[in-house]
Amino acid sequence: MEKIFQKLSLSSASLVFIILIGIFITLFSAAKPAIDEFGFDFIFNPDWNKEVVIDAPQAAQNTQSDTLEDEIITDEDDVIIEDEDDMIADEDEEDMMLDDEDEALSKTIYGGLVPIVGTLLTTLIALVFALPIAMGIAVFLAEIAPKNISYFVGIAIELLAAIPSIIFGMWGLYYFAPIVADIVGGYQVSLLTAGLVLGVMILPFMAAITRDSMNTTPAVLKESAYALGATKFEVIKDIIFPYSKVGIIGSIILALGRALGETMAVAFLIGSIFVLPEAINDPTISIPVAMANNFGEASGLGESALFYLALILFVISFAVISLAKFYFLKKAK
Amino acid sequence: MAVMKIKKFSFTYPGVDHPSLKNITLPIEQNKITALIGPSGCGKSTLLRSMNRIHDLYPGNKYDGKIELLDLETGKYNNILEIKKENEFIKLRQQVGMIFQKPTPFPMSIFDNVAYGLRIAGIKNRSELQDRVETALKGSALWKEVHDRLDRSAMGLSGGQQQRLCIARAVAVKPEVLLFDEPTSALDPISTGAIEELIVELKKDVSIAIVTHNMQQASRISDYTAFMYLGDLIEYDKTENIFLNPKEQQTEDYITGRFG
Repeated sequence: MEKIFQKLSLSSASLVFIILIGIFITLFSAAKPAIDEFGFDFIFNPDWNKEVVIDAPQAAQNTQSDTLEDEIITDEDDVIIEDEDDMIADEDEEDMMLDDEDEALSKTIYGGLVPIVGTLLTTLIALVFALPIAMGIAVFLAEIAPKNISYFVGIAIELLAAIPSIIFGMWGLYYFAPIVADIVGGYQVSLLTAGLVLGVMILPFMAAITRDSMNTTPAVLKESAYALGATKFEVIKDIIFPYSKVGIIGSIILALGRALGETMAVAFLIGSIFVLPEAINDPTISIPVAMANNFGEASGLGESALFYLALILFVISFAVISLAKFYFLKKAK
Repeated sequence: MAVMKIKKFSFTYPGVDHPSLKNITLPIEQNKITALIGPSGCGKSTLLRSMNRIHDLYPGNKYDGKIELLDLETGKYNNILEIKKENEFIKLRQQVGMIFQKPTPFPMSIFDNVAYGLRIAGIKNRSELQDRVETALKGSALWKEVHDRLDRSAMGLSGGQQQRLCIARAVAVKPEVLLFDEPTSALDPISTGAIEELIVELKKDVSIAIVTHNMQQASRISDYTAFMYLGDLIEYDKTENIFLNPKEQQTEDYITGRFG
């Protein structure tokens, strides 16, 4: 009985590792063609799904005359149309590859820079927006508010965390985006709108975890600061924040993990175009949104490139969560 | 001369019908050590925590009577129970410092710990800070042990060292009165001995009130002893009278170990 129980619990525990490694292998093997094709340049290349001329003589002609270039561009357009026709007419992959060889004029390149930048920037905006507010909420709940008010605001915070992300997306698109556009100008769907709504979404996590770690500050430590003549602000600044620093960093990293992978709300708000944003209120795209929007019609190298993006997101999130674990472990010591 | 005069003082915690302290009248003599003894729940910590109104961090307490604190500059007595404004509270707590049961080093360096009270009191001059920190650490018999690692975290010190650090921190702001709330109950006998010596040393400069469960400690270090029981002050006298010749039966029962 004892043995069976041990084996059962061991196998459930190892299942986690199997799933984790399995996902990594799946992502990696699906992304392999794109990795072979683009290598690490993928991360720095801003072009997604772009036809480029690769034939050397053609390239030479390019420099020779302008009129020819025009022709080539029209050629390219033709090629794209042909490709699309092929995809619709005949879904056999071999045929398509033959097509590519036949033409030998152009290939489609994929670069992940735009979604990677979009993901990192929306997350950053969310963090910059949410961090001070979350700290304010946490300080209020832990130190300033009377017990019963703190209790009800605490419940409200937890309810905010329970709202499904698609509701945030719709609310953001119909009510929040016009307000942001009115104030800042520019597009309603943009990096800024997506980042701000994302900030609202991670707010409750950060506030709740920070409040909990502030509550672990021993009362006697606060009292001894008050007993030296400290004001409430000084106690919060000098005692409570340093004491709960590890918890605050942990909450930031967990919120980061959530913000990086958030799909639905961002899909509503970011604009979903593969263009590097020049200003904070420009529309762009993030990794999860790129995947959600393009998987349906992707095939071949395009699909593989999406897997490559997924792998990058996986690695970023994994790194962020490991960092959180590292900090929590340090705290436990 | 009394630095603090507690007059007909009663105290009630929020949400409780009966007062935890009833009609206490007690002086805290200047440059003397006054020990508060009594069984658990007798109200001695409650009384001590009223003397710098640290109770007021938690709302809803009820005070009656008077606690008068001597202002050394003007020579007048002020009733600390009338304090309402935050800056008056800050002044009170700078005049009446407190040491707790467990050592409470702040999560910062040794130097910053001792300098904390000075900094929040507005002293910014680096050399003055250094002087006062050194004096406080020397006065707390800690200087020899820590002078070469002032910039290290105070969390790395032993329990006894941490408690002496807390005393140094309280002494650094030059209070009139220091309140000790069972300062050695979390320490081993050797650290306890060091703290006791230190407390006796400190009475040159400050007046001291100490709550202790340890009657030997009270008899060793204090000049006056107050015996409290169930919120009442049963007997207050010179320490040798309390321990050798108590007037009240309850006091005798307690110090001879018949209850408590």
